[in-house]
Amino acid sequence: MASPRGQACIAGIGHTEYTRAKVPTGTNLTLELRAARAAIDDAGLRAGEIDGILPFFGIDLAEEIAVHLGIADLRFQMTSHLGGAAPGASIAVAALAVANGIANHVLVPGGWWGYAGRRVREVVVQDVSAMSGGANARDFYFPYGLTAPVQWFSMIARLHMETFGTRPEHLGAVAVACRAHAQRNPHALLRGKPITIDDYLASPMISDPYRLLDCSLEADGAAAFIVTSAERARDLRARAVPILGFAQGQPFPADDIVTRDDPFELGVTHATARAFEMAEVRHADVDFAEIYDPFTFQVIQQLEEMGFCERGEGGAFVDGGRIAPGGELPVNTHGGLLSEAHVLGMNHFVEAVRQLRGEAGERQVAGARIGVVTGFGDFGDGSVVVLGSGA
Amino acid sequence: MTSAAKPVPLLRHLSGEFYAHCRSHELRFQRCTQCRSWRHVPRQTCARCGAWDWEWARSSGHGTVFTWTVVRRPMHPAFASAAPYAPCVIEMEEGVRVVSEVVDCAPADLRKGLAVEVVFDDVTPELTLPKFRRASGGRRPS
Ligand SMILES: [Zn+2]
Repeated sequence: MASPRGQACIAGIGHTEYTRAKVPTGTNLTLELRAARAAIDDAGLRAGEIDGILPFFGIDLAEEIAVHLGIADLRFQMTSHLGGAAPGASIAVAALAVANGIANHVLVPGGWWGYAGRRVREVVVQDVSAMSGGANARDFYFPYGLTAPVQWFSMIARLHMETFGTRPEHLGAVAVACRAHAQRNPHALLRGKPITIDDYLASPMISDPYRLLDCSLEADGAAAFIVTSAERARDLRARAVPILGFAQGQPFPADDIVTRDDPFELGVTHATARAFEMAEVRHADVDFAEIYDPFTFQVIQQLEEMGFCERGEGGAFVDGGRIAPGGELPVNTHGGLLSEAHVLGMNHFVEAVRQLRGEAGERQVAGARIGVVTGFGDFGDGSVVVLGSGA
Repeated sequence: MTSAAKPVPLLRHLSGEFYAHCRSHELRFQRCTQCRSWRHVPRQTCARCGAWDWEWARSSGHGTVFTWTVVRRPMHPAFASAAPYAPCVIEMEEGVRVVSEVVDCAPADLRKGLAVEVVFDDVTPELTLPKFRRASGGRRPS
């Protein structure tokens, strides 16, 4: 059987404005439809030509999206339950579908009123059992006041600091680098608000060692992609970005963060080699990486687990500007969830496509040909997608 | 504003059995009767050998602090006035890890490897939470 490498492309991207609104003006569906329409236009398609939809878990159903887009013959739908790793997993499924003739043009939408509407912390408190591993959190974490992702993941950051000597300044280097990237991105919510490491260290402690500036930026917004076969993409308007490799992975156990034999293991620990092998790339080939960044340390952890550096060396790796604008491995060139907006990691793909089309304006990574996008969901599920420039 | 109720575990199924032992002031974890491996959180079968059979084996109650966080800005309304507080992960002598807290240690004094032993907090007539204190040096079953 032929490798899926390059058989499918991202042929269109779209997104709404990212905001932190006082009240929602519409529903999640409103945002997703705006992003979907923009992506369909970007691809040069008519809405009725979309025949597959992979909606985001717990937000909207394919049926609702299809009826609003006038898709009378929806041939393919399903939903990944990998949380923040779902965009990458969905793009992979879409790629398999279009490469095998199951669908022609698959829409992958995702978005929310993540600031103006129900905040993640509220959703988790109200019904944690809806998430993977949520029953364990409810029965064994919550009674001790360990009730939020910022608290769960700060414990892993603490363990890394205790084990390897990782310092607050290393976590801060991620925050500062993402903010520096955001200064060059007109869509970033925190453009115009640069920070220094001193600003980082002075920001209030939320869940030690996590400060406010370690946390991603809850936001309102949606993004969407159109995945199309390489063959069909040739006839479309936008410059298609080939999907070279993809994989998903899970830590073991996936549903409990504190009892893993290897406490630093993540989904990307397993997924990266699989995705890179499919894509036929090595780490040195990667021109930029969009790393799912719920909190700063999870960027360091993923870079280690992906093999960009040895475990324990991630703090030093991100120090000194390596991941900042103009660095050896620019990370989160849009500003990431930390400084552009938390749009479920969908915005990481929007940015990767812009970089690989050469449309990233003043933040363009010169000569970008290979980009990697990760997803990180629930208690560490992972997805890795390798995209190419098609040039 | 009324204070929100603290979240409680669902006292059913296997977690209900775990907490029923805590109510008797016994810390017990599942142990596979075939391959003898300990496990927590509770599971229906053994991930190591596949066996369905297990027992609730009594823990020594001794362990060490594995990691922790110090919550300065609580995210759950029931803990709004509790900050700062420090949820901990305790690594038990049996090898399993549990989320808990160290009741007699200020957050600033927590250290990885700090030796602790179990104590029981009767939160309500229905719920007892296992918590920990600095180890006294003695060894007795929990
Ligand atoms: Zn066994």
